Amino acid sequence: MSSTAIRRTYGAVSALVLAFILLPLVVIVWVSFFANRILAFPASGYTLDWYARALATDSFRDGFVTSVETALFATAASLLIGIPASLGLVRGRFPGRDAIQTLLLAPMVVPGIVGGAALFIAYIEVEARLDLQIAGTLGGLLVAHTLIALPWTIRLVTASLASADRAIEEAAASLGASPLTVLRRVTLPAIRPGIVAAALFSFVISFIDLEKSIFLVGPGRTTLQIALVNYLEWSLDGTVAAVAAVQILIVGAALLISDRYARLSQVF
Amino acid sequence: MSTVALRSLVKRYGNVNAVDDITLDVAEGQLVALLGPSGCGKTTTLRMIGGFVEASAGSILIGGTDVTRLPPARRNIGFGFQSYALFPHMSVAQNVAFGLEMRRLPRAEIAQRVNQALDRVRLRAMADRLPKHLSGGQQQRVSLARALVIEPSLLLLDEPLSNLDAQLRGEMKLEIRQIQKAMGITTIFVTHDQDEALSIADRIVVMRSGRIEQDGTPESVFAAPRSRFVAEFMGVTNLLPGTFEASGCFRLTNGAAIRISDQAGAPERESVLAIRPERIRIARAGATPGPDDLPAEIEAATYRGLTVEYRLRTGSGLHLTARQPTPATGGPTMLEPGACIHIGVPTDACLLIPA
Ligand SMILES: Nc1ncnc2c1ncn2[C@@H]1O[C@H](COP(=O)(O)OP(=O)(O)OP(=O)(O)O)[C@@H](O)[C@H]1O
Ligand SMILES: [Mg+2]
Repeated sequence: MSSTAIRRTYGAVSALVLAFILLPLVVIVWVSFFANRILAFPASGYTLDWYARALATDSFRDGFVTSVETALFATAASLLIGIPASLGLVRGRFPGRDAIQTLLLAPMVVPGIVGGAALFIAYIEVEARLDLQIAGTLGGLLVAHTLIALPWTIRLVTASLASADRAIEEAAASLGASPLTVLRRVTLPAIRPGIVAAALFSFVISFIDLEKSIFLVGPGRTTLQIALVNYLEWSLDGTVAAVAAVQILIVGAALLISDRYARLSQVF
Repeated sequence: MSTVALRSLVKRYGNVNAVDDITLDVAEGQLVALLGPSGCGKTTTLRMIGGFVEASAGSILIGGTDVTRLPPARRNIGFGFQSYALFPHMSVAQNVAFGLEMRRLPRAEIAQRVNQALDRVRLRAMADRLPKHLSGGQQQRVSLARALVIEPSLLLLDEPLSNLDAQLRGEMKLEIRQIQKAMGITTIFVTHDQDEALSIADRIVVMRSGRIEQDGTPESVFAAPRSRFVAEFMGVTNLLPGTFEASGCFRLTNGAAIRISDQAGAPERESVLAIRPERIRIARAGATPGPDDLPAEIEAATYRGLTVEYRLRTGSGLHLTARQPTPATGGPTMLEPGACIHIGVPTDACLLIPA
């Protein structure tokens, strides 16, 4: 085969795979405008009603607010913990450093439902010892989501720290900057793209989490994902598609923005 | 404006000594070039003086004060990094101003000194650009301005001219020299380019595998290399092992003899005869050769603009290189490979080096 033929074949296969991945998303967005009473093809007409219905549904509205609040908290907390931890991991020399970095890959290979169950059991154990309510409380949910976001934050921030030129910190020091000034004026600004990407990615990871949250939400407090699952138990109409379409929009935007700051493909 | 003293300085990485027992005294206002091949420990030495690398043993004194354990921020050293190390998120002017801000100078004075420093490196017009929008040579000059603007008591430069074109390199060399003399800043300048070292330094310290091989003025290091290594580094391409004989002859290992003056070199001791390629005299076919001249054949000729380099083979099978001016610089027409000639070596062009 000539090299152009290879390139064409490669392009065609890539396009097919991409279409396969994007198809469900496109279909969801499409059917969210269908006028049909139950989700089905073909469309009997087009409408924006399902979006109005979604907005009017309490569980979706509350779920959305809870999800956004939780994700914001998880983002802030994971940055607050993750940035110093990354500095320690990249700059420090201590036993177990490599082991910790490998362990941080765990959330990417352990199924979410296993992680959720593990967290739940851990909460119950702590509750039993400390005589404290954790599972089902807002605190428990926030801690869990921080834990969900943290490995991703650390991976993104350590990656950008590792690729930052160490010599700029030395230059600042030799120009008279104290270690704290070096951190504030040189190190952190230099890795700002990584931090922005980590923040957006943390937000997304927390926002879309279902498997872990399902163990940890309490009565009257559901995240948007759980509200969706609950709703699906009773009805299969365009409201679900409308909610999903909104989510796709939010998550897609966040990922596109964070990719502008740090090529996500280089981190995972 | 301080003296620098290194006392038995050592840096170990694992079981390798990157810097291996260096003792060096630099006088106030002196410009010392650390010269040596890649990996010989120049950067490591400089980084220990700058305080970025902890010495494994030995001590460093600046202006008589022991700074071995002092953090970089308290050494008042201007450091020009091999990788420039500009702050990527700051403009050129902000980069240069950083050290002055750390010294809490008044705003107006900072602005004025930054402009002055940028003028010196001819980058005033680029003051508001980010480093990533500068060429390598421009970045190098910013890093130089940033190191100079704080008027350090000691200036350490790690290959500050490596990325400049020939013309700019010449200009910057003069500029560094001029600023350094005007301000009287003691300077240590790392380079692997002998030409650069010879033309800028008051003193050259040749390093090899973490040790000092030779230390002296440019003239002395160039004219009297004390080892084969330094001779090679200084562009002496003809290094012939053999024995000096009492008769004033140097007996090469292949049996041929070259007449040298009765100068230095312990008789009957194995040594190396060093001859600069420029000192080999060529007598062309037709010209009368001198009494001690050797017949030779040109094997290859390499044109280098100012000079032409000939690879020669003598009748006794010895390989030598000779260098002559080209017609462009007033020399004779160039010889073709295969030409048969005679070569002569003036007795004062022969230097004996311990084997
Ligand atoms: N952090 C380090 N860890 C281990 N070995 C090192 C480290 N830094 C330098 N070395 C080794 O020490 C030796 C000296 O390195 P150095 O950077 O001082 O050389 P240099 O003379 O500046 O070379 P160049 O001209 O290539 O810049 C080299 O063999 C290098 O591999
Ligand atoms: Mg170096």
